[in-house]
Amino acid sequence: MPGGRLECGHARAYLEDSMNYHWNWNVFFQPTGIGKEIYLDWFVTGFGWTVAVALVAWVIALAIGSVLGVMRTLPDSKATSFASAYVALFRNVPLLVQLFVWYFLVPDWLPESAQTWFKQDLSPTTSAYISVVVCLALFTAARVCEQVRTGIQALPKGQSHAALAMGFSRVQIYRHVLLPQAFRIIIPPLTTEFLAIFKNSSVASLIGLMELLAQTKQTAEFTANIFEAFTLATVIYFVLNMSLMKLMGRVEDRLRVPGLMGGK
Amino acid sequence: MDFSQILPALPGLWQGMALTLQLLILAVLGGVALGTLIALGRLSHHRLLASAAKLYVNYFRSIPLLLVISWFYLVVPLVLQWLTGNPSPVGPFTSCLVAFVMFEAAYFAEIVRAGIQSIPKGQAGAAYAIGMSYGQVMRLVILPQAFRKMTPLLLQQSIILFQDTSLVYAVGLMDFLNTARSKGDIIGQPDQFLLLAGAVYFVSSFAASALVKRLQQRLAI
Amino acid sequence: MSKSFKLLPAAVLAFSMISVSSAAELTGTLKKIKETGAIVLAHRDAAIPFSYLDNDQKPIGYSWEIANAVAERVSKELNMPSLVVRTNLVTAQTRIPLIQNGTVDLECGSTTNNVERQRQVDFSVGIFVTGTRLLTKKTSGVKDFADLKSKNVVTTAGTTAERLLKAMNADKQMDMNIISAKDHGESFQMLQSGRASAFIVDDVIEAGLMTISKNPSEWAITGKPQSVENYGCMLRKDDPAFKKVVDDAIKDLYKSGAINKLYAKWFLHPIPPKGLNMNFPMSKELKALIAKPTDKPAESL
Repeated sequence: MPGGRLECGHARAYLEDSMNYHWNWNVFFQPTGIGKEIYLDWFVTGFGWTVAVALVAWVIALAIGSVLGVMRTLPDSKATSFASAYVALFRNVPLLVQLFVWYFLVPDWLPESAQTWFKQDLSPTTSAYISVVVCLALFTAARVCEQVRTGIQALPKGQSHAALAMGFSRVQIYRHVLLPQAFRIIIPPLTTEFLAIFKNSSVASLIGLMELLAQTKQTAEFTANIFEAFTLATVIYFVLNMSLMKLMGRVEDRLRVPGLMGGK
Repeated sequence: MDFSQILPALPGLWQGMALTLQLLILAVLGGVALGTLIALGRLSHHRLLASAAKLYVNYFRSIPLLLVISWFYLVVPLVLQWLTGNPSPVGPFTSCLVAFVMFEAAYFAEIVRAGIQSIPKGQAGAAYAIGMSYGQVMRLVILPQAFRKMTPLLLQQSIILFQDTSLVYAVGLMDFLNTARSKGDIIGQPDQFLLLAGAVYFVSSFAASALVKRLQQRLAI
Repeated sequence: MSKSFKLLPAAVLAFSMISVSSAAELTGTLKKIKETGAIVLAHRDAAIPFSYLDNDQKPIGYSWEIANAVAERVSKELNMPSLVVRTNLVTAQTRIPLIQNGTVDLECGSTTNNVERQRQVDFSVGIFVTGTRLLTKKTSGVKDFADLKSKNVVTTAGTTAERLLKAMNADKQMDMNIISAKDHGESFQMLQSGRASAFIVDDVIEAGLMTISKNPSEWAITGKPQSVENYGCMLRKDDPAFKKVVDDAIKDLYKSGAINKLYAKWFLHPIPPKGLNMNFPMSKELKALIAKPTDKPAESL
């Protein structure tokens, strides 16, 4: 019906008028005017940085967090209080403040030659990347530490006593008895932290690392199609999160400890 | 390091902290209220309602808070303008507040849900048996007990929220961190002001966590 | 609206008919201001000396005073002696969406009026003319843009300088490492801490930032100006009634000569927060603009 179509066009024009906004979902395929890129390329690059930040930071966080978690369960009171102090410090200062400290302050504390290397020889992207990864890794390690400690403490005391009686050394007990079980128990909370690191990586946008959120904002600013840009970013984060959740659900299924309430 | 400029800057910094606290308190109240409704939705037998509530929680737990803040500050007023036909100034404070309420509600909802589920089913059954309505059962029997159990967790989440409010930096709202940063930039001592901000956040969060721990021990049933 | 129409005394009514329009006919931003009783002015945090925060976190600056002159004019024309002036901090990246989405009504800062932005917002007649140059350490050896090959350089996200720099980098294959900081204050911090060899932005902003540096004499503004940047106050698109009030207010400043005093206050005298003097005499381009105000985009100048 031509009449209907006309009205539709009218409504659209009215909408654009009253919103002062020009819809354009093709915007992602348009050239940016910088080199030969289209806007979609920016999102792809941004997604790449988000993943690169999150994965590397996660591996480091897992390693440091596990060591700290073990330290918190050791009888040695020095190790325990070091780990507790670490957790207190990194959990009670906002992530953004930590990021600014790593990015703006810490490089100034390096010796002169290292400072020159970090600030001038490295590209700003690389130095921002290093700062973000270190920041997120240490921030998340405090959380991982708490989970690992909970996991170890959830295991019956009898297990380590039995192992001790069998002549296991402390290292052996942790390696062969406690940690393998603890990790399997704490997969769900670790998953939460794993997903959180992807979301937290968006703070990198505030120090100029062009990850997904920063690219989104830049696209919004260059094209004025703010609605479209933010929608695409939201969809990407949502799909990424849901896929990781599914994946971790599978891992959890595989590794369930038989005989426990959660097991098969 | 020269910290001499900090003392004269304190009144301005306090203004920033007042805004942070205002944002925090309103966001916690709004977030817990909305979160409770969402938790009740998730636990409802109405399938559509339950899945809508679940989608809400999954959605807000999947996207970064920074993105949510930008949505509410930059895009939502545009939509309002379209709906009302007039420029509808929401303002940065309200935008951020709404963003925090909506976002944190997803997290509070999960805590409330766990709290409700921890109450033995028999209690609800007994309450229904003496003729109470759903509303009465929830309001008079289940929620009061659930909240007693959840309070420490809700407070812990609020401490996280206290730290997260610093993300309003991204939209230029003058909260505590942003005030400290901006003052530091202008005075030419950004490092000192950043360290001060970090220390203030640390002391307040640490003290609050310690209090929550003590409360947890007292509330333990 | 008709209610307030009735409440207006006849004399005021007659007056307002010959000034802007009666309340019943108000549209767009003026209508919004009348209804809410407030005008929202945007300000920046470190666009020195145009629009920035003083030690008490209050907005000040050359453009800020122009914005206030506009607000005064609005209060007269709408006959609203108790007009409330609200302030809202914006960054280079958020200023356009915030004008569009109705959060702020007017942004007078250091925003270049260009063709691209005119598709999204409208501009008042120009309030300043400048060009994009480099700020660098005197000892850095950087003299012009060509010296930036393979160097780390910083600019502020959302500025015309950012686009210019990124396009230049791609077109001339200069292999610069460009970092886009959130605002001018942060960009300058990157430069001061040695992260970047040069800061690329409008020269007048560079001169303004030098006044807050620890040692202003170690910095130099250099390089051939890469563009003409004419600043304007930004307002919502297609709002001729409000635009007229804004333009009239600014033209009045020009006609009455008040602009010279305003200019001297911010560019030729010591300014907060450190009480340094920019010593930035008025350019002939700005003099020409004041003599013949225009809202044409930068490209056509």
